[in-house]
Amino acid sequence: MKLGWKQLHIGTLNPEAGNSLKNKTGTFRSAEKPLFHSETCIHCLFCWAFCPDSAIIVEEGKMKGINYDYCKGCGICVVECPTKPKSLEMVTEEISL
Amino acid sequence: MGKITILTGNASVAEAIRQIEPDVVAAYPITPSTAVVQYVAQFVADGIIKSEFVCPESEHSAMSMCIGAASAGARVVTATASQGLALMWELLYIAAGLRLPIVTAVACRALSAPINIHGDHSDTFGARDSGWIQLYSENPQEAYDNMIQAIRISEHPDVRTPILVGFDGFVTSHSAENVIVEEDDEVKKFIGEYNPPVSLLNIKNPVTIGSIVFTDYYFEMKRNQIEGIEKSREVIKKVGKEFGEKFGRKYDFFESYRTEDAELIMVVMGSAAGTARAVVDVMREEGEKVGLIKLRVLRPFPYNELIEALKGAKAVGVMDRSTSPGGFGAPLFTEIRSALYQLDSRPMVLNFIYGLGGRDVTMENIKEAFLKLKDSTKKSWKGELINYLNLRE
Repeated sequence: MKLGWKQLHIGTLNPEAGNSLKNKTGTFRSAEKPLFHSETCIHCLFCWAFCPDSAIIVEEGKMKGINYDYCKGCGICVVECPTKPKSLEMVTEEISL
Repeated sequence: MGKITILTGNASVAEAIRQIEPDVVAAYPITPSTAVVQYVAQFVADGIIKSEFVCPESEHSAMSMCIGAASAGARVVTATASQGLALMWELLYIAAGLRLPIVTAVACRALSAPINIHGDHSDTFGARDSGWIQLYSENPQEAYDNMIQAIRISEHPDVRTPILVGFDGFVTSHSAENVIVEEDDEVKKFIGEYNPPVSLLNIKNPVTIGSIVFTDYYFEMKRNQIEGIEKSREVIKKVGKEFGEKFGRKYDFFESYRTEDAELIMVVMGSAAGTARAVVDVMREEGEKVGLIKLRVLRPFPYNELIEALKGAKAVGVMDRSTSPGGFGAPLFTEIRSALYQLDSRPMVLNFIYGLGGRDVTMENIKEAFLKLKDSTKKSWKGELINYLNLRE
């Protein structure tokens, strides 16, 4: 339910702290997304350091995968991945219409 | 009782700021408003006021700091002019959109090019659609009085909108006149304490302001913003009346001078109103039914009140001290002519553009405008709608 102008707080105020968690910004990802291959990963965490959107999931110092709720599909993690073959590759997004 | 002193417009505005004693003054000096900033810096240096005075590297930064401080819940005042106000441009819209009650004194000055430091209204008219309330002053006394009222108007919970107090560069900012400075205590009592509804420094109640919104909410937020300045109409009237009851100088959207039976009415803003008033007196002596409206509030535009005040006239002259190149005359003319359109019997409305870059406007010039206005009421009239006063061809 979107609010009407009379229902809004004045001055663009949003009183709900931390509400950006509800906003899954990965919905506007471009046509490709990164895919994680754990077999070759050396857990250097370059992908984590370079990701502009904190979309790399790390647990106990280990790369665990990608949070597609926020990943924008920029591909920086794939470019920065130093392993051969790369542990991250860009694949075409499957869109269900 | 207030004290009669002799002050320039800049000094009278600085006196008001001294009495307001804002939490923060972030300002960058620029002619002709430099002295305001200089006086305030001196007050702070001498320990006369406890305001936090910040001198940033530009007006863009000055207004950014004002926005930051106001978001933190501070009472904020600044001063600027001309290119300085122009450099604040994108921040003006942000201050208004965030509904931050920032008070800005503007010693109105021409815009480059050609570069010029003298008075006209090009700077503040450029900020016309930024969402700020705009008050204009005829002389140092009105500049002082407007600054004090501006605090009350902009901080009102229904309004919470930034406000600009204009006074003419040099003619008002640098001319010393008698000014009644009211008692410090009485001014402080009149403006009261500021209780901001939210503060970004309050970590116990974290909130977000100014986050990005897209097609789904921007329109609603803008309409919500408009409501603030619409509600200021009532508050401006109320505060002006209360100011009059307390200090003896009553304020409204505009002042009507000898308009009751006037057939020709001139609408003027700022310092030229004094000259126009003198012309009205002279022409009344000569038997001409002339009158004057001195507009004090440009935003919100008091169209209903102006329609009421002008509907009986045969012709209305609108004196603009700015231009809208390529437009249908200058901005004030366009707006007043448009307001009168809904009348069944409309007065003739002529535009008189004057005083750009500080060009003098004399009694002869304004009389010439009244005579053109009189001419326009004749059936055979074939004159120009858009006229320039005291301009060489």
